[in-house]
Amino acid sequence: MHATHIPKAPAYWSKAAIVPGIIAIGPMLPGTLAFGMAFGALCAQKNLTLAEVEVMMATVYGGLSQFVALQSWPDVLTPGAIATLALLTLTVNIRFFLMSATLRPWFGTLPAWQAYPSMLLVTDGGWLAAMRYRDHGGADASFYLGGGIVLYFTWLFSAIPGFLLAEQLTDPRKYGVDLVMPAFYAAMLVPAWKGPRRAIPWVVSGVVALVVHWLVPGWWFIIAGALSGAISAGLMDEREPQHPAGVSA
Amino acid sequence: MTEFLRSDVMIAFAVMTAVTVASRLGGYWLMGYVNVTPRVRRMLDALPGSIIVAAALPVAVNGGPVVVFAILAAMAVTIIRRNDFIAVITGMAVAAAARALGFGG
Repeated sequence: MHATHIPKAPAYWSKAAIVPGIIAIGPMLPGTLAFGMAFGALCAQKNLTLAEVEVMMATVYGGLSQFVALQSWPDVLTPGAIATLALLTLTVNIRFFLMSATLRPWFGTLPAWQAYPSMLLVTDGGWLAAMRYRDHGGADASFYLGGGIVLYFTWLFSAIPGFLLAEQLTDPRKYGVDLVMPAFYAAMLVPAWKGPRRAIPWVVSGVVALVVHWLVPGWWFIIAGALSGAISAGLMDEREPQHPAGVSA
Repeated sequence: MTEFLRSDVMIAFAVMTAVTVASRLGGYWLMGYVNVTPRVRRMLDALPGSIIVAAALPVAVNGGPVVVFAILAAMAVTIIRRNDFIAVITGMAVAAAARALGFGG
């Protein structure tokens, strides 16, 4: 049962949720490692130094955007080329804007110096795991932070073996690495299913994303689909919950 | 690779980091000025599923039959076992096996 109508507790910190938070992102770790290794191999092919790769891992910290940027990495970094990379990064990562927006109702009662640094750790996997925890009534911010920190350091480390083994990893698709994120997404979508009515925004999102992907070059389809789905949910009439509260999914 | 950290590369990373950090902080910041009405609540609740579908569906369709089949296998495993880890491994294994057998995509 989706707990939308039940007021949820404000955020607090305790040690109790650190380990559950890490366990929740556990399924992401092998995939994150594989993805990071593939990225490290790609960087070696593009003649970046290992130090440069690690700076990028630590600062940009967005796997998909890093991959997309490296795949179109120019030979000469003119100001125009850097602007193109920035726009490309923005179109891929603007989904983080939506993700951190959804964390406000939860983290909003925390002081800004705690909440804003936490937002720097927003990733697809960490955020999805945290939203599922919140959906089931969780309020301990350590759940999100614990998982987020482990994901961050796993990502930092992952590029190193990939960079060093670059010659063996020229075709990551051979190992199904390109399936890591889609398969994890698919796995997260199944428990999010709460009946066909709640899935209408997903359909809107999917159709808009496909059309935008078809018509507009680049990665605008993610934000276009996600926003369309959310807006369609906002336009739908509210319906009172029909199941008694407490029946958990 | 004469230099350890080339300045033009660092500038490119800095600009990419700036837009990414702005994205990560911006949504949280903006929601400080938005009254969370039931309508806004519904929009926020629809975001996880909407982002998942928007990010994965075009990639899956573009990826061809192997990718679509691998994702369906991952979903089937999740329905049966509710285990994210097994789902991810299944998706990767199905795609790797199909490609090893000579299926394209």
